[in-house]
Amino acid sequence: MSLVAAGSPAPDFKLRRGDGSKFTNADLAGQTTILVFYPFAFSPVCTDQLNLYEEVLEQFAAQGATLYGVSCDAVWSQTAFKEKLGVSIEQLSDFEPKGATCRAFGVYHEKGGMPQRALVMIGPDGIVEWSYMAPSPGDLPGANLIFDALAARDERAR
Amino acid sequence: MSGLGSAPLPPLGPDDHLLGAGDDPPLIVYADYECPHCGVLHARLVRDGARWAFRHFPVRSKHPRAWAAACAAEAAALQGAFAPMHMALYADQARLEDPHLWERARALGLDVERFDADRRSGAVLARVRRDFESGVRAGVVTTPTVFALGAKRPYAPDVT
Repeated sequence: MSLVAAGSPAPDFKLRRGDGSKFTNADLAGQTTILVFYPFAFSPVCTDQLNLYEEVLEQFAAQGATLYGVSCDAVWSQTAFKEKLGVSIEQLSDFEPKGATCRAFGVYHEKGGMPQRALVMIGPDGIVEWSYMAPSPGDLPGANLIFDALAARDERAR
Repeated sequence: MSGLGSAPLPPLGPDDHLLGAGDDPPLIVYADYECPHCGVLHARLVRDGARWAFRHFPVRSKHPRAWAAACAAEAAALQGAFAPMHMALYADQARLEDPHLWERARALGLDVERFDADRRSGAVLARVRRDFESGVRAGVVTTPTVFALGAKRPYAPDVT
């Protein structure tokens, strides 16, 4: 299964929000969604990644982009992780059936039982605008890559 | 148009803070004053007699005191005391609250009232943010990050 490609519709998916409600394709409307898939809550690299994105969250919002962290951790673990980091980026859980959404997006690491470190940008129309997988789970994609993708989106719309 | 898209590392400029001595081309270091790994790197640079330019890369949610400390260094810079304040901040990373910052300013003989006004000013905030954003655009993701001759280079502490 390879990473979902730009130009294709987002696969059908279902994730859990922190309050236990569902986050599905219907929630993509009206915004540019950036799914930040990360291997594990509380792992050191993931921590740095979300902290960095949090620091430039206003600039993301200014471009109509909303970020979500996605992992296979349970909702409660993600909530504790979010609180520990002190970030406001909403977390979405792919806990049960484990990894179903990650598989649908082509980011599931079968042997590791975790998402690969990947970024997927989805337009308000539900079409994938950009996707990126880090060369290794230890590699942290810079915020600049997301801003490049947003700039390319704006360029296409012109 | 995205203000934070990829861009090359800005070359050394007149308002970069140069530290250390020697004739080697300076390293460019993105770091903050609260990060313990940055503290280790700082000690090594001093020990090795390196020459480096220091650029701010404070990440609030990771190091809640890093922004205030960066602004304190810039406020000191306005009184010609960036380097001594920089050294004083790294000399005790466990004391970065307001009274500790005032104490350092006093010990360095700065005008403390002016220091306190400056460190909260928009100009100082913008100066720190400019460093931070140049790092984001050059792909810096964590602290400390060191560039040598334009290339990211491992000069990281052994501890991770």
